[in-house]
Amino acid sequence: MNWITSIVRPKIQSLLRRETPDNLWIKCPETGQMVFHKDVEQNLNVIPGSGYHMRMPSDARLKHMFDGGQFDEIKVRDVPTDPLKFKDAKRYTDRLKDARTRTGMHECVRTGYGTLDGTPVTISVQDSDFILGSLGMGAGEAIIAGMEEAVRRGTGYIIFTASGGARMQEGIFSLMQLPRTTVAVQRLKLSKKPYIVVLTNPTTGGVTASYAMLGDVHIAEPGALICFAGPRVIEATIREKLPEGFQRAEYLKDHGMVDMVVPRKDMRSTLSTLLNVLTKTPKINNLASPDQDAA
Amino acid sequence: MRAYLDFEKPIAELEAKASELRSMLEKGSAASLGDEARRLEIKAYQSLKELYAGLSPWQKTQVARHPERPHFTNYIEHLIEDFVPLAGDRAFGEDEAIIGGFGRFRGQSICVIGQEKGSDTESRLRHNFGMAKPEGYRKAIRLMELADRFDIPVLALVDTAGAYPGIGAEERGQAEAIARSTEACLQLGVPNISVIIGEGGSGGAIAIATASHVMMLEHAIYSVISPEGAASILWRDGTRAQEAAVSMKITAQDLIKFGVIDQIVVEPAGGAHRDPAKAVSHAGKAIAAALTQFTGKSKEEIRELRAAKFLAIGRKV
Repeated sequence: MNWITSIVRPKIQSLLRRETPDNLWIKCPETGQMVFHKDVEQNLNVIPGSGYHMRMPSDARLKHMFDGGQFDEIKVRDVPTDPLKFKDAKRYTDRLKDARTRTGMHECVRTGYGTLDGTPVTISVQDSDFILGSLGMGAGEAIIAGMEEAVRRGTGYIIFTASGGARMQEGIFSLMQLPRTTVAVQRLKLSKKPYIVVLTNPTTGGVTASYAMLGDVHIAEPGALICFAGPRVIEATIREKLPEGFQRAEYLKDHGMVDMVVPRKDMRSTLSTLLNVLTKTPKINNLASPDQDAA
Repeated sequence: MRAYLDFEKPIAELEAKASELRSMLEKGSAASLGDEARRLEIKAYQSLKELYAGLSPWQKTQVARHPERPHFTNYIEHLIEDFVPLAGDRAFGEDEAIIGGFGRFRGQSICVIGQEKGSDTESRLRHNFGMAKPEGYRKAIRLMELADRFDIPVLALVDTAGAYPGIGAEERGQAEAIARSTEACLQLGVPNISVIIGEGGSGGAIAIATASHVMMLEHAIYSVISPEGAASILWRDGTRAQEAAVSMKITAQDLIKFGVIDQIVVEPAGGAHRDPAKAVSHAGKAIAAALTQFTGKSKEEIRELRAAKFLAIGRKV
């Protein structure tokens, strides 16, 4: 070992490393193409060339949806931690702690109240970065709180779903979130304000089998996996290969389960129009109305 | 010949010896053998009672899946008069994994829905082992709506490993069918009683188990995922199902402590399969008592009580 290998090379390497952090380039999961991460971020986390929709962090999603990126975050009541005292490879309490430290979120669902093109609205976002967006007591309580907030404020309610399914570490309490969130959906429906579900990749299991499939309108992001039983479970059961595009957003539209597949760049304007039409909100813009033209 | 579970081996031996003595006795052997046979029978019964008082969650899983355990059809035979099964979802087809219809329970009209697993190869195939497809849940919705309109209470007998995971089921909206069925349960202005008689497997169960009053048989299980499924996801090893059964807390005794279920129905010594008629009769008594809680309540009150009960689950554990 000489001074070049022991001093100069590490220095050069550390310089190089500083300039090329691991996440500088993103590989498109579909085409394998390498893309500069800033370009992806600026494109609403959609790969510019292929149009592949990457996960959009809940914070970016909420800021993107609300006017001026401004919203009030809705508080959620505390839920018991780890009622089963569950431990697999790791203690569940440690798993929760790690997820909270790493993501800065308390649970996988965040809710904001604000305006979308001037129309008041309540929006929840489920973030698959937090324990796969799995549905447990915390997420269930957050969704109930979001829906109750919409009822209280008399606004429409939009939820962006993303979930690997049940939070298995909470066992039966996870299953109980199906009827619990459904109670909240029913109360929301009684308020006669629109309930719009945006299904993002992936939305599966207990989430699809409850609030995600009970919307007044279902919108899906392109290519999103949306299913009850995951492809691996089905393959293991029937022991045959699944058809191309099976359980993807476009497949669900073909089978009548979603109203439309909307690319992320058009999501905001689609939701805005839908919300205003369904709530009979008059259109506000700078153009003169036909009546005024006549006068 | 009784089907013994692996952990019942000592009892199988005692009972085999006793019945051997009994047959010798019939052939004219010494009367003293009768006393010995009796002694063995009492011993077998005592050990059986002790064994079943301390079943592990995995043993309960085996009991809940016992082939001779009373199924939906047995409950109908013993409890419901004039049962008229109805078929079809009026959209796609008929799914015999879920049976539903109207009849009379202790003189009063009742709507009964539930999964039937089947009892031999032919009927198991016909009922798809109690794993329903969207048509099954949509039939359940149709019947619940009918019951609600005619002011007839609903009884759900839950016994399924889960909703069927297949291409056709996904294609026709398995998730949506389950979600709507749960919603239909919550929409009922008549009381609904659910009894987990064997396995309460995940979304496939909750779709009809969301009830005003939820009961479980003493050795039934109720879970978000089967022990095998949990093991294969958590440890990527399906053979660790026994561990998963313990950590998932799937027994009636755990779930009543959690406030997830309202009542446990006691099974005969040695499990429901030892004396199906008695097990069904215990359930019948419990169902009759549960229904009386709701007499005189308005549709609005019944809906509100059910909604409030589910919202309260987990808020104080």
